[in-house]
Amino acid sequence: MNFDFTAEAPKLMMLLYGVIAFAAVVGLLLLVLDVLPARKDRWIALGLLAPAGLLLVVGLIVPAVRTMVLAFMNADSSEFVGLENFRWIFTDKNSGMLPDFSGDTVQYGVLLSTLLWVLLVPTASTAVGLVYAVMVDRSRFESFAKSLVFMPMAISFVGAGIIWKFVYEYRQEGADQIGLLNQLIVWLGGTPQQWLLDGPWNTLYLIVVLVWIQAGFAMVVLSAAIKAIPADIVEAARIDGVTAWQMFWRVTIPSIRPALVVVLVTISIGTLKVFDIVRTMTGGQFGTSVVANEMYTYSFRADEKGKGAALAVLLFLFVIPIVIYQVRLMRRRRLEGAR
Amino acid sequence: MSTGTETIVAAPDAEVPPTVGGRVRKKLTSRTASAVSLVIALLWTVPTLGVLISSIRPEDEIKSNGWWNFFSHPQFTLENYEQVLFGSRSASGGLAGYFINSLVITIPSVLFPLAFCALAAYALAWTRFRGRDWVYIGIFALQIVPLQMALIPLLSFFNYGVSLGGVQLLPAWDLDGPAKFITVWFAHTCFALPLGIFLLHNFMAELPGDLVEAARVDGASHAKIFRSVILPLIVPALASFAIFQFLWVWNDLLVALIFAGGPKNAPLTVRLAELAGNRGNEWQRLTAAAFVSIIVPLTVFLSLQRYFVRGLLAGSVKG
Repeated sequence: MNFDFTAEAPKLMMLLYGVIAFAAVVGLLLLVLDVLPARKDRWIALGLLAPAGLLLVVGLIVPAVRTMVLAFMNADSSEFVGLENFRWIFTDKNSGMLPDFSGDTVQYGVLLSTLLWVLLVPTASTAVGLVYAVMVDRSRFESFAKSLVFMPMAISFVGAGIIWKFVYEYRQEGADQIGLLNQLIVWLGGTPQQWLLDGPWNTLYLIVVLVWIQAGFAMVVLSAAIKAIPADIVEAARIDGVTAWQMFWRVTIPSIRPALVVVLVTISIGTLKVFDIVRTMTGGQFGTSVVANEMYTYSFRADEKGKGAALAVLLFLFVIPIVIYQVRLMRRRRLEGAR
Repeated sequence: MSTGTETIVAAPDAEVPPTVGGRVRKKLTSRTASAVSLVIALLWTVPTLGVLISSIRPEDEIKSNGWWNFFSHPQFTLENYEQVLFGSRSASGGLAGYFINSLVITIPSVLFPLAFCALAAYALAWTRFRGRDWVYIGIFALQIVPLQMALIPLLSFFNYGVSLGGVQLLPAWDLDGPAKFITVWFAHTCFALPLGIFLLHNFMAELPGDLVEAARVDGASHAKIFRSVILPLIVPALASFAIFQFLWVWNDLLVALIFAGGPKNAPLTVRLAELAGNRGNEWQRLTAAAFVSIIVPLTVFLSLQRYFVRGLLAGSVKG
């Protein structure tokens, strides 16, 4: 046991300072508000919004605008290079961004991999979440059963990465397997595989991990939507004598469509930004990297700020069509509701 | 006469009103349904169980055979945990220090956004000023800006300050040692604001307006209304946002990697990612380390799940 507890004391002091600073800031704000003339809403609002507004400007808005500028500059941000960084992303064969189908094994490249993530994770998580929500609805162990699937949401992406790396662990054929998946393969009479090394399938095995995390979110939201379907609709359908299958496709799905869209959109946006899983499980090697991982590597490891910023802007551009889709759908829904 | 009305009223209530899900489940042969949900439930828990069991098995056992053999040859040890928590850093130990870092990072990173979001949400819901809706829409829209858009300039803001045309407008922060935590708090606080304000605003705007009006007529100031009328009512919403933010910060890797700077201030996730990269075969340490990092959020989550779910639903289904 050679752990030095005294070395930790300054950090705990820092925590104490942080909490004291918090109390002081909140106390001061409320005090100032008390002193301000009560009838002037404008000043009160300004005071209340000031801390959040200032932090948003300094920490989010100005940096985001600066990133957009940096995306058109070179590696150390000393001169403008026009669209060079974007040309590099979309046309340079050595950037690793583009798919390569010429070799023995298919390389998806970063862009296509990211697209695969964004298409597969939301659909698969939503499908699993929906099926599970329908299956356990009204069953005896409903809340317990839901907790089981919901639990991975509390686990960090890094933790989940390690958990699944252990599932995929490989030992030579003939040796005792310690990874669950390879053991199952051996029991079924197959030969063990190096799941994470061999492209192009390894990307899929990484995607499984995020589906595992996100299905719980989909399940909870969809389950609440299912419970909110009015009983008389269900009753009417039953009197019409529909089968369970028809009930699912013609009553359940249309009734929960808004919730489905929200779940799909939320998970898509989250998926775009994921980099922890890739970084923990393969480090982005073996053709598994995604845009968010490259963004981190170029910005903070390779010191290529221009390319890093361009990749960040790309992530932002990918989000926009998803959001526009959602907004249009919401507006149509509101119009239909008004009619 | 009375019996007649009773039967009419009672008839529809005699059966429990079925939900769609319930009916689908009943009609699909319920055996298939049970089988499918059982398979899903197993897939969603067994991988975690494997890591938990491995973390308490001796090193030779973990490395030579699968964790499922634990059930036939149970061997129990806490040595892995002792190693990772208190062993020397070079031997992939020292997690206790990182655990403390995680706590030091997380607690203020939850408190500050909680306060700032509550105040801003109150202003947007209950004060009247021109352009209020536009400010709200602006903050709402900021939710779609990916974190990645802010990282490079924010880091240079901390490291080099702000200079315009060669003139230094703001100095570099120049923080060292434990003070480096401040930059992490700052970053987490900024990034939490759009979602936090959105969630709390949704909740506050639905409180009955009469409450606030009555207090105003009595001559109460906004500060007083906020403290004594609004605050007690929004405790559930604050709780769900706090849990949200707690899980997000505790589990975050990206912000910590960039802003915590070095092993002295790095949280568990950074260390864990490092171990997974460098010592990917030392499963006795990795499994124990993973569990050390999981246990806190899992406890928080399982004990406060109700609030968390409520927050999730408020954030996603409305809007």
